[in-house]
Amino acid sequence: MAKEIEINMETITEQIPGKLIDPSLKKKSKIEVKDVKVWYDDFNAIKGIDMNIKPNTVTAFIGPSGCGKSTFLRLFNRMNDYIEGFRMEGKIKINGDNIYKKKVNVEELRKEIGMVFQKPNPFPKSIFDNVAYGLKIQGITDKQLIEERVIYCLKQVALWDEVKDDLKKSGMALSGGQQQRLCIARTLAVQPSIILMDEPTSALDPISTAKVEELIFKLKEKYTIIIVTHNMQQASRISDYTAFFYLGELIEYNKTKTIFTNPEKQQTENYITGRFG
Amino acid sequence: MNNIQKNRLKDQIFKVWGIGCTLFALILLAFFIGDILIDGIMRIDWAFIIDLPSRKPEKAGIYTALMGSIWILFLTTIIAFPIGVAAGVYLEEYSKKNRLSAILEINISNLAGVPSIIYGLLGLEVFVRIMGLGASVLAGSLTLSLLILPIIIVATREAIKAVPKSIKDASYALGASKWQTIWNQVLPASSGGILTGVILALSRAVGETAPLIVVGALAYVPFAPESPMDDFSVLPIQIFNWISRPQHGFIENAAAAIIILLLITFIMNGIAVYFRNKWQKKLK
Repeated sequence: MAKEIEINMETITEQIPGKLIDPSLKKKSKIEVKDVKVWYDDFNAIKGIDMNIKPNTVTAFIGPSGCGKSTFLRLFNRMNDYIEGFRMEGKIKINGDNIYKKKVNVEELRKEIGMVFQKPNPFPKSIFDNVAYGLKIQGITDKQLIEERVIYCLKQVALWDEVKDDLKKSGMALSGGQQQRLCIARTLAVQPSIILMDEPTSALDPISTAKVEELIFKLKEKYTIIIVTHNMQQASRISDYTAFFYLGELIEYNKTKTIFTNPEKQQTENYITGRFG
Repeated sequence: MNNIQKNRLKDQIFKVWGIGCTLFALILLAFFIGDILIDGIMRIDWAFIIDLPSRKPEKAGIYTALMGSIWILFLTTIIAFPIGVAAGVYLEEYSKKNRLSAILEINISNLAGVPSIIYGLLGLEVFVRIMGLGASVLAGSLTLSLLILPIIIVATREAIKAVPKSIKDASYALGASKWQTIWNQVLPASSGGILTGVILALSRAVGETAPLIVVGALAYVPFAPESPMDDFSVLPIQIFNWISRPQHGFIENAAAAIIILLLITFIMNGIAVYFRNKWQKKLK
């Protein structure tokens, strides 16, 4: 396992099932949201949102707690489906296909759209098995391929040097920041084109946060990233676009620079300057 | 006396009272075990374990009853374990939270409280008579399986509930199906809790007497069972039989058999505690 494996991206030109591919060569993932409304039983959590998200950008969702930004984020990989009383109207198209059509295979969808959670949640398994899990559930048994992919992904998140000697150690024995990077590596291993991040650094210390932010910046070249954050500085540092949500509505959505320097709406300005929320 | 002193005094009184209650239970147990040990420990030797029953107390052994108990334990495990765990997984992971599942839930808890002799009557009617299994080890095991199913189901559900939702979320988010998530994440993470429940349930089954008497387990069988359809006896019934005899030798035998039975249940409970500790560490 310790042997280094060179990964030559130039030799790989198309998607072969199971083979490592450079995500930047994959189809660009355009997201279109049309008049989406969400209810939890009688509670109207999202009240009609339209939004387009460009490929290979980082989009930050900001807004006070309970404004629906996490709910909205979890629509893209249909993680709300498990919540009792969840009901949704409208369309979300990814590469032109409505992901809420009846025929959609949710498992396939989630391989295309990865997710990183608020609290680092590694499986109570070894570091290696954590990253390999997504491949194993796809029925991939080729040991060499799994090994290559695990090493590649751990390198992508800059965790390889820290863990290469104890890949058999439990993922839960790592520090919080390492755990979160492990969770990102685990997500990358399934080769998604979109990565959803739900406050990925809110449980981390500043140094680990900086590492994760750096990573997000690097991943942007290859992936479309949507990140929910409560940290205004973080949104302004890492995102290209920012969306401000309030009480289930999209108040303002624009280039991050514009939102933070010259917002159109008073509400947005009040929020980002800390006058409420 | 001011308020603080009053509260401290109450604290002290309660502490002493608590210690007293704990000691009371422990002393009773120690007294019982001591009494049994004095009566029976000298009687235990290898011959006692491998001897067949006999009219003469010094010649009688527990072999048939011990083998009966082992058969019962084995068959009950392979019947109750898969059914109980599957039912627990279904109730916790698959069934929708509606009125039907609420009714199921209440009734499973109720079943856990039904007196064991009622299970014996059920086993007698369904397994012995309707299914025609006779007073066999299999009929006894099926009856005991029914008896411990509610315990296994409840333990399985509790263990599954203790698996953090974040682990399931992570699995789903990677494209795992429900079954893959249950098989690869939920069951491994809850296995310690499930095993604990199963072992505790089995150690209850091994000490049961009443339902097996109703089903037709015999107080005297000349041979150990060789197949699931054979007649059988179990340790508690053997103990009951010996205690009811007048000769003093049989009282000694009973005490010795009680020691063996206690040993079996203590070992099983010990294994359960071991799994529980290991499991709790893993999930932290």
